Amino acid sequence: MSSLAAEASKKILLKGNEAICLGAIAAGCRHYYGYPITPQNDIPEYMAAHLPALGGTFLQAESEVATINMILGTSASGKRVMTSSSGPGISLMQEGLSYMAGSELPAVIVNISRSGPGLGGIAPSQGDYFQAVKGGGHGGYRLIVLAPHSVQEMYTLTMLAFDLADRYRTPAVILGDAIVGQMKEPFEATPYDSAATAEKPWALTGCAGRERLHVKSLHLKDNAIEVHNWKLHGKFERIRKTETRAESFLLDGAKIAVVAFGTAARVSKTAIQWARKEGIPVGMLRPITLFPFPEREVFDLAKTVDVVLVIEMNTGQMVEDVRQSTPLHDRIAFLGKPCAMPTPEEILDRIRALAGRKG
Amino acid sequence: MSIEGKTEFTKPVYTRPRSLVDVKTHFCPGCHHGTIHKIVAECIDRYGVRENSIGVACVGCAVFLYDYIDVDVVEAPHGRAPAVATGVKRAQPDKFVFTYQGDGDLAAIGTSEVIHAANRGENLTVVFVNNTTYGMTGGQMAPTTLLGQKTSTTPYGRDFRSDGYPIKMAELLAGLDGTAYSARVAVSTPAQIRKAKAAVRKAFEMQINGMGFSIVEFLSTCPTNWGMKPLDAQGRVLGEMSEYFPLGVYKERKQADFA
Repeated sequence: MSSLAAEASKKILLKGNEAICLGAIAAGCRHYYGYPITPQNDIPEYMAAHLPALGGTFLQAESEVATINMILGTSASGKRVMTSSSGPGISLMQEGLSYMAGSELPAVIVNISRSGPGLGGIAPSQGDYFQAVKGGGHGGYRLIVLAPHSVQEMYTLTMLAFDLADRYRTPAVILGDAIVGQMKEPFEATPYDSAATAEKPWALTGCAGRERLHVKSLHLKDNAIEVHNWKLHGKFERIRKTETRAESFLLDGAKIAVVAFGTAARVSKTAIQWARKEGIPVGMLRPITLFPFPEREVFDLAKTVDVVLVIEMNTGQMVEDVRQSTPLHDRIAFLGKPCAMPTPEEILDRIRALAGRKG
Repeated sequence: MSIEGKTEFTKPVYTRPRSLVDVKTHFCPGCHHGTIHKIVAECIDRYGVRENSIGVACVGCAVFLYDYIDVDVVEAPHGRAPAVATGVKRAQPDKFVFTYQGDGDLAAIGTSEVIHAANRGENLTVVFVNNTTYGMTGGQMAPTTLLGQKTSTTPYGRDFRSDGYPIKMAELLAGLDGTAYSARVAVSTPAQIRKAKAAVRKAFEMQINGMGFSIVEFLSTCPTNWGMKPLDAQGRVLGEMSEYFPLGVYKERKQADFA
């Protein structure tokens, strides 16, 4: 156990990016590859300091393109493996992620996202939502996407990401941002339940005592690639059915329902509590999994409230999934703040305006 | 050995390597991939590493490595085989790890990955097949295409003023401190095949002894895309290709840095 993890057996003040490292190590990840980019450098720096002593590998790659392929190789070896980056670096990984989805290889990819497009800036942003939840690379696939909104969740969702990735043999993404990555909060290390660890009979470990195995995404014969696409689709449908996670926050009797994830959800909680004190019946549905998106929950919620207020740190991405989840489009309102964190005051003002509008 | 059947075989002088799968290959007549696969398989057998090996296949004609070599194989994206192999080797340092890559794969789109794998001294072996063209996509210009060579994307011949020069990877990688072994060989004559096999053995030994990165560059034919008969293609390897890409050992480390 690392020194930080030992300290964390009681409540300590911890940074979100470090909580991801503790979660990964607790879940048995001993291999990390990465390339420097702001605002996630705490993660490779922590892994560089701690993985060697645990008998693991830290390697600073020459690029994110190389990084994701090292991840591919270690994953094909059957080992738990993680990388972290931010927008521009995650873009460079899309080729490898497509190959990994096609080859059915698990891994955990952390995106402590920053502003884009292009070099953008280092301010927090949720502009990578589409890239994360719609696949991101070529060919048609989904990634499992988890959106932590606290330091504690950076830890627990990282452990969950390893389990889900292994269970479904596909990459899982932690979609954070500069705020949830850099902020410090009280944190307590909870034990990892290793019972969830999946066997990996497909891993390439040398063919002693068995036929040779292949890990690949090329399917040229007959209609093999069509069959493979349907197989992957079936897997993503199973994920939709069984792995959707969302938090209901003060939704009892709510007439206004905020839908927000990550940092935007965290800030919304403050505004919602203030609004409740003013007697405004407002609550929040917080998607924890962005893929699978809580479609059923949004569908049911939209029927019971007057307004669904989608709040994002972008100009409107998740709002499209909200619209797809309910036919009641005239109830959907949107508050966007690209490349910046909305303040609780801004959110409260909007909630008040919506409450006033409905009389 | 007579056709009358009077001579009896008492001892096989040549057998299919255990590590070479007994199937027909998809390679064109006169292509050297089959010969190079066989050399790799023979060396896997020689060191008894078949059940301990993980091969990394590239994109191009050589992607079907997994159909022909009887070891575990992972398929890498185009050019990324040295990074994938790094991930395999770091996760399983006790395994024998090799990539098998063409010239488009290794010397164009994958230059970054192979240079940095070599520079880190990754303890793995690269089998690099240079036939001066993109075979599978139909004979476009490769980074190794010779000056003046006509390809489907250099219809008037490669011109250094617009296309640059053929890249010499064995020499380039030999210049890196992490490289333990770098050699260029050919397989156009029986003597060359013997020398090529000796080079692959040396490269394998480098990895087995933990010496670091090893690469063997093969000068190879592509009669189909060169528009040549197989025999003429051998002549091209022995002639202008060997003149521009000299055969030889460019680096041979005697001792590991960390010994």
